[in-house]
Amino acid sequence: MQRYFSRKLIIYALTFFLAVTIDWMIPRFMPGDPIRNMLTRVSVSSNPSAIQMMYDYYTHLFGLDLPLWQQYLNFWNSLLHGDIGISTYLFPTPVTDVLWRAVPYDIFLLVPAILLSWYAGNKFGAFAARSKWLDNTISPLGYILTATPYMWLGILLAWFFGIVWGIFPIAGAYSFNMQPHLSWAFIGSIFHHWFLPFASLFLVGFGGWAIGMRNMIIYELEADYSHYLEALGAPRKLIRQYAFRNGILPQITGLALQLGVIVAGALVTEVVFSYPGIGYLLLAAIQNQDYFLIQGCFLFIIIGVLLSNFIIDIVYVLVDPRTRRGMTGESA
Amino acid sequence: MKKQKKKNEFLYFTLRNRKLQIGLSIILFFLGLAIFAPVLARNEPFAYVNLRGAQPPSSEYWFGTTFFGQDVFAQFVLGLRATFLVGAIGGGLGTLIGVLVGFTAGYRGGIVDELLNMLTNIVLVIPTLAVLLIIAAYLEVRSIFTECIFIGLTAWPWAARAIRAQTFSLRTRDFVDLAKMSGMKPLKIIFTEIAPNMMSYLVMTFILQFGGAILNAATLDFIGLGPTNAVSLGLMMQYAVLWGSLLLGHWWWFIPPGAAITAIVGALYVMNVGLDEVFNPKLREM
Repeated sequence: MQRYFSRKLIIYALTFFLAVTIDWMIPRFMPGDPIRNMLTRVSVSSNPSAIQMMYDYYTHLFGLDLPLWQQYLNFWNSLLHGDIGISTYLFPTPVTDVLWRAVPYDIFLLVPAILLSWYAGNKFGAFAARSKWLDNTISPLGYILTATPYMWLGILLAWFFGIVWGIFPIAGAYSFNMQPHLSWAFIGSIFHHWFLPFASLFLVGFGGWAIGMRNMIIYELEADYSHYLEALGAPRKLIRQYAFRNGILPQITGLALQLGVIVAGALVTEVVFSYPGIGYLLLAAIQNQDYFLIQGCFLFIIIGVLLSNFIIDIVYVLVDPRTRRGMTGESA
Repeated sequence: MKKQKKKNEFLYFTLRNRKLQIGLSIILFFLGLAIFAPVLARNEPFAYVNLRGAQPPSSEYWFGTTFFGQDVFAQFVLGLRATFLVGAIGGGLGTLIGVLVGFTAGYRGGIVDELLNMLTNIVLVIPTLAVLLIIAAYLEVRSIFTECIFIGLTAWPWAARAIRAQTFSLRTRDFVDLAKMSGMKPLKIIFTEIAPNMMSYLVMTFILQFGGAILNAATLDFIGLGPTNAVSLGLMMQYAVLWGSLLLGHWWWFIPPGAAITAIVGALYVMNVGLDEVFNPKLREM
């Protein structure tokens, strides 16, 4: 178990290191001059000396006038002090503050969507496997759902339920005429606005997990132990139970692998519903050429995914006894 | 003689498999639209042809016109080209890197395997889109081609991991040992002994990479980091949402691009399962 965790932790540390390095490298080694671009796009002033002053200011702010190794160390230093720059779009708020304001919405949206879709998908998939009628209805539906681009499902839901039927709001995290406060009306409004983005994330995920579990169960039911149990005359229900328990392990690993895709899905879903999480912030940052904010979003997403991966690892150890006994059940 | 028979058997099951039939016909239909796009599109995709702005589908504009009076059908068929291009190049590149890394790691083993495995696991954890987005945000001019390259460069890890595991199990088989003893070069062993035995696997990997690349491209396009000089299905959806097609009820603007992506990617997944049934007799439904 220790070996398992130490291997995982090394991977995560290296990943974080690599991610920060990418975050540092890209603005510096990409073709073009981001500062010049930023200034010409914003076109603050036509006065050349003013532009030069701003250019020098930003060059200094990025620390671009120092040798590269020094820049790199400085980048780490300020990062470890929680300083990843100041947002130009929401000037003069520090990027970390902007991001911390958005994170609760992401957690509120993502955690239920991921967990519920995973749970429901697995249950349904296992249920559908090898039962002709259900398999013929759930499988095609699952394939369609899992092939749907997140934003398109979001757009469709927003259009049907928001515009055509008008029963759900399609923008914001709570009603525009409300101030955040603790009351039933406000909490109701939060859930009312949360439902559609949640539903579109849930549905796409559900399709994928249901298909995955269905295929898993079919494989397991063809495995030798299943045939053996069958030959012993074990009840069908028991065999399927064993198949489910074996099938759930790859699904847990699959969840870790899918996290990046789900997060990407959440980003575009938030854009569709103007839901004020990191995705929505990111769109604003891209449209306003706010490079510090873009880089901050990148780091926050990476940290979030790493943390969730670590949680999944712990769950895996709890579920799969082989990892606990020092056998490498799941290779690191 | 024996090989001939085996080929026929595959062909027999391939043609008889309902999933493959359905999947393949959907793909071919959209591929046809994409190939004949220049003939089918009667207008330039971005030209403001309809002076009355947005109008629902009609005999003149099959998919209606956008807020600006652009021909949605013209954008749609040309956007399909971008979709297939991204799938083929992005997915192809992803598969190629996955195959190279997977074969090398699985066949060589030892320290090479350790290092490549470490690299795979690291890239696997980083959310692909986050990297794509930070690269795309800094690129001034983006073409479909650069999009393909970046998608391919970030999509390979799961393929590498899967192929490595397969190679690992094949490497210790008798026929590989025999080839080694007869003095075959490693590269030749990989391509003549190992690869043919996992061909089905490689084909399926490519199909999944193809679909993944399409979805990734759509996501990038939708958040405004798509190609700056071309039309794509993701861009169409972005414009539709930006220009209030939801509130104005211009459903003909945002439904076709998403529906096409869903149909293509869904068809690919279904084909994948069909192929799995062809190659793996245990899964055939009798």
